[in-house]
Amino acid sequence: MASDIKMVEGPESYNGAGFQATSFDKLIGLARANSLWPLPFATSCCGIEFMSTMSSTYDLARFGSERPSFSPRQADMLLVAGTIAKKMGPILKQVYLQMAEPRWVMAIGACASSGGIFDTYSVLQGIDRIIPVDVYVPGCPPRPEQILDGVMQIQELAKNESLRRRNTEEYQKLLNSYNIQ
Amino acid sequence: MLTNEEVAQTIIQQFGQSVSDFDDPYDLLTFTADRDQLFALISFLKEHKTLQIGFLTDITAIHYPDTKGMEFCVVYHLHSLVNNFRLRIKVYLSDEDVHVPTIIPLFAGANWMERETFDLFGVIFDGHPDLRRILNMEEMDYHPMLKQYPLEDETREDKIDALFGR
Repeated sequence: MASDIKMVEGPESYNGAGFQATSFDKLIGLARANSLWPLPFATSCCGIEFMSTMSSTYDLARFGSERPSFSPRQADMLLVAGTIAKKMGPILKQVYLQMAEPRWVMAIGACASSGGIFDTYSVLQGIDRIIPVDVYVPGCPPRPEQILDGVMQIQELAKNESLRRRNTEEYQKLLNSYNIQ
Repeated sequence: MLTNEEVAQTIIQQFGQSVSDFDDPYDLLTFTADRDQLFALISFLKEHKTLQIGFLTDITAIHYPDTKGMEFCVVYHLHSLVNNFRLRIKVYLSDEDVHVPTIIPLFAGANWMERETFDLFGVIFDGHPDLRRILNMEEMDYHPMLKQYPLEDETREDKIDALFGR
């Protein structure tokens, strides 16, 4: 029974009796990737699919997202699931601004990615108009397996990210393009 | 069991001149009323011992830009819970004078419905304590459901007309 459980492999390291020498970014990347705490920003139908992703059949917790927090200060990734109206835009931006680095954003569903079927005066045509997005999960709504695939892609991003990425000029330019300091 | 004809008769007897155009599309009694008698009419329907039409289902509006003099139509959907009877009242308004008296004194639920009608169509409800936008952003300066404004978002650059039959 214990052989069914998939364990994360340790990073490449130099091992000896009682010690292991590896590099920080591999270790920190591994730790971050396997303990991403999500902030579910669920607005509509994709939120319901996300609820089922969190529950036992598809179980988001086994990917490390054991504690979905609704406080942006304590969350690693922002999962925007559902239609975001133009009135909701500033609120979403406010939530994003309150998150501490490193933070990742996943747009779940067609409405969060591009406005979806609602091409109207009141719907924001994709959250990437107001905040930078890392992973897009298309679907209307996407199946829980697809949402988990999106989380796994964020895990890849977190594992392989350089420790200095958030301080680089390129990243600052990206944030400035959204008027985020 | 109330029938459409009975209710129509009762209304005509009381308000003869101010109501007109009785019809029942899909078996729902619909008629047009004058704006000045609107409050008295709905009040009468609510207090009537047999009709007891005491539930306001919806207030909405329609914009007909092509009919001169009757550009706006404010529609009230009422329901009698006791008799399971529904009716619809239409009030036509002209472009220059888009005002209707509020029915908040009769139905407290009309508050938000009138705010929504104002937000989307620009219909002013006289006597409303707090007539401001409810669904759209406060900074929006136009009433989006009017026919002259486009429904689709204007800022998209990736939509090809060919895919939409244009």
